Amino acid sequence: MSLSISLTINGVQRKVELEDPRVTLLDLLRERLDLTGTKKGCDRGQCGACTVLLDGRRINSCLVLAISQDGAEVLTVEGLAQGGELHPVQATFIDHDALQCGFCTPGQIMSAVGLIQEGHAGDDPERVREGMSGNLCRCGAYRGITEAVLEAQRRLVQTARKAAA
Amino acid sequence: MAETRQIDIASPRRHGSSIGQPLTRRDGVLKVTGEARYAADNHPPGMLHAVLAVSSIARGRVRFLDVAAARAHPGVIDVMTPANRPPLALDPDAKLHPFMFRLDLLQNDTVRYAGQAIAVVIAETLESATEAAALLSPRYDTEAASMGLDSADSFIPPTIGVGYPSEAQHGDVEAGLAAAEHRIEAVYETPAQYHNAMEPHAIVAEWDGDRLTVDTPSQGLAWAQDRIAGLFGIPPEKIHIRSPFLGGGFGSKGLISGPQVLGILAARMVGRPVKLVLSRDQMYGPVGHRAPTRQTLRVGADRRGALTAVHHHMRTTTSTFDDFFEPSVQVSHALYASPAIATSAEAVRLDTGTPLFMRAPGEASGSAALESAIDEMALAVSMDPLNFRLRNYAEVEPISGKPFSSKALRECYAQGAARFGWAGRPLAPRQMRDENGLLVGWGLGTAIFPAIMFQGNARAVIRADGIGLVELGAEDMGQGAWTALAQIAADSLGLELAQLEFRAGSSDLPDAGIAGGSGHTATAGMAIHGAGADVVAKLAELAMGDERSPLFGAGNAGVSARGGRLIRRDDESRSESYADILRRAGVAEIEGRGSSAADPAAQNAYSLHAHGAVFAEVKVDPDLGQVRATRLVGAFAAGTIINPRLVRSQYYGGMVWGVSFALHEQAVVDHRSGRVMNSNMSEYHVPVNVDVPPLEAILVEESDPHVNALGIKGVGEIGITGAAGAIANAVCHATGVRVCRFSITLEQ
Repeated sequence: MSLSISLTINGVQRKVELEDPRVTLLDLLRERLDLTGTKKGCDRGQCGACTVLLDGRRINSCLVLAISQDGAEVLTVEGLAQGGELHPVQATFIDHDALQCGFCTPGQIMSAVGLIQEGHAGDDPERVREGMSGNLCRCGAYRGITEAVLEAQRRLVQTARKAAA
Repeated sequence: MAETRQIDIASPRRHGSSIGQPLTRRDGVLKVTGEARYAADNHPPGMLHAVLAVSSIARGRVRFLDVAAARAHPGVIDVMTPANRPPLALDPDAKLHPFMFRLDLLQNDTVRYAGQAIAVVIAETLESATEAAALLSPRYDTEAASMGLDSADSFIPPTIGVGYPSEAQHGDVEAGLAAAEHRIEAVYETPAQYHNAMEPHAIVAEWDGDRLTVDTPSQGLAWAQDRIAGLFGIPPEKIHIRSPFLGGGFGSKGLISGPQVLGILAARMVGRPVKLVLSRDQMYGPVGHRAPTRQTLRVGADRRGALTAVHHHMRTTTSTFDDFFEPSVQVSHALYASPAIATSAEAVRLDTGTPLFMRAPGEASGSAALESAIDEMALAVSMDPLNFRLRNYAEVEPISGKPFSSKALRECYAQGAARFGWAGRPLAPRQMRDENGLLVGWGLGTAIFPAIMFQGNARAVIRADGIGLVELGAEDMGQGAWTALAQIAADSLGLELAQLEFRAGSSDLPDAGIAGGSGHTATAGMAIHGAGADVVAKLAELAMGDERSPLFGAGNAGVSARGGRLIRRDDESRSESYADILRRAGVAEIEGRGSSAADPAAQNAYSLHAHGAVFAEVKVDPDLGQVRATRLVGAFAAGTIINPRLVRSQYYGGMVWGVSFALHEQAVVDHRSGRVMNSNMSEYHVPVNVDVPPLEAILVEESDPHVNALGIKGVGEIGITGAAGAIANAVCHATGVRVCRFSITLEQ
């Protein structure tokens, strides 16, 4: 049995042959498309390491069956940097040392990008902390993560203002 | 009090060109772009997927596995069981030295803990292997499991931790207690905890004849290589382990675990590369844990609040088949002055996986209990907890009488207290409320961790173009070794970081020891320091003996190395670049070697420890009992700080572990089945972002001339010590209730 779906992954439309309906979006990315930046920490939607943006919303890709997403748009950590320039969230994660082992980092970053796009957290650290609480970090880099998200948000607002001006 | 100084990250003190600078992580870009390749990200051509089937009982025998059903599942290549597992050269139950832990490698049908591997399914896809593993539908002959601290007769372990004596004594504790004006006896319990690194243990193994290549996270590459070599009967040099990034370790990746070896066996059996990754629930058995403890503290103090006796006794658990004993009582040897100190240990054997080192093994659980007891005594003698600790400040190591190589703990107390605003804390509990009526409490814990070094080696090279290369089998599990060690490497060779190539994380490089015990920066750093000095000495010899060199005849004045040049000490205008020295000598490159180990003379003469003080604020809902940590300030003194930015992150991380120890994490074990009931990341609680209070870490300046030539003590584990006790003490200060069982939950 081979099933064909179409996905736009990091801006590139791809036809994906799926021989197995059990494949999750996470395992499709990692095991079949060599997009291994997205990590598997629990495979149960509990840790957030597999967070990607699906049609603009942040989701745990381990909880999504790939077959159910024909036509969807997926953004992973590999698709954030543009032309060698880091996305502001990526840059501020480095500046604020918002990572240690780095394993939860792609999920944290995608979650932060999603959170900022959702526009609910603004510049309130408490809301950022709440909004980032679906992503576990066992190294305990949370202080840096919160600072990085807040600064990335500021940078993105500034960029948007400049663009509008 | 002496003038206190701290390291400011914005304008740090430079110890060399690179050492002391708050550089960002050198591997940061790889990690934020997803390009950093962890073990499970590898996918060699022809690779198969292996999935473990694990036991759901804790004790007994596997009577039946439906291997036929699993084999018949589409995509399945083979099923490995005790009946067909390839032979090993060494019995997995052999124990040739204390750090060779017994492994479960399908040697027979016996089950000795829940979660033990009982078969491995190998298939074309992960989905096939996962489903086929479920089809094995094991049947067991089940025996009653022995679980819990009271379920078996105890015995006195021969040693605890890494070979410490299980009993120690200084002075007469009973006499000290008898003479005391105030006496307390308190019992504290700490639960089983699981490391839960974000990256599950993973391995990609590929055989080529009798050569083996593995990608797997390892905190100890050379140990892993030797262990695999022994099991498979092949020379270590035929095994190449690559571990460029670890997704966290915390001790659970210090030794190669059974499941990792099963991945290698699976690859051998099918003759193709195999990837085996543990599921999260499979990490609650074969990869170690922190054993539960029950600690009894009997403490006496005189009228003025000076301790007269401390007796710290622990009861802990190990597996039925191997020995590791969480050394909780060690912390009482070095922390508070007392004319009489005694420590003792007992243990019981349970049907669990073998416990292992977990971040600050012994110090974390022991400090939680000792700091609680010290706080109880401070209250008993009506002294402020900080003043009580200062009254009992150890000027020499209490158990041995040795002087400390350095100890800036007074400065830690002072700077931490000032930043936290400790002054004015009411002595009695339950005196403070916030604007919402929540009970507020402030607590203090002293942090301590020994400065340990292992044996390590490094190689350094200066090439014809003047570029340096430093390589060693060091490991970076997130602590920032790639950055900090490169900083040491650059300084050791007299180069800027941009002139340096740094290689690590692979077993074909010189053995740099284990990344554990907070000893890696000192161990690997000193090996690098030696290798760099060796190269510089050889370069200097070449130049100073050559009359065409501006350094000719520098003689006793000698030269120093800086910015890729050797410079005459007596005349800085006379210098020569490394490239010029090599070119004229017609030498393609110069190589140096360095090795490191703890200095036995320093160990004999001094007590070697890092210290710190952690101040915590908690708020407790008086109606619901809900506890939240709301503020944490830690001040730590740990010798030379190689990179203050990364060290601060290590302290934050340790303090978050302290929050977790005090308020969140514990394994809940079903005593009937012997299974961990919360073997997942939603019910085994570790702090999420919103659980973590605002943190501050102060880096207190300290210079240590004895611990090693670079003055490095280590920072990876000290943050968890002190913090757990500080929070427990703050809870008591808020509520007047002393919770003696960790983690502190609202039902208590």
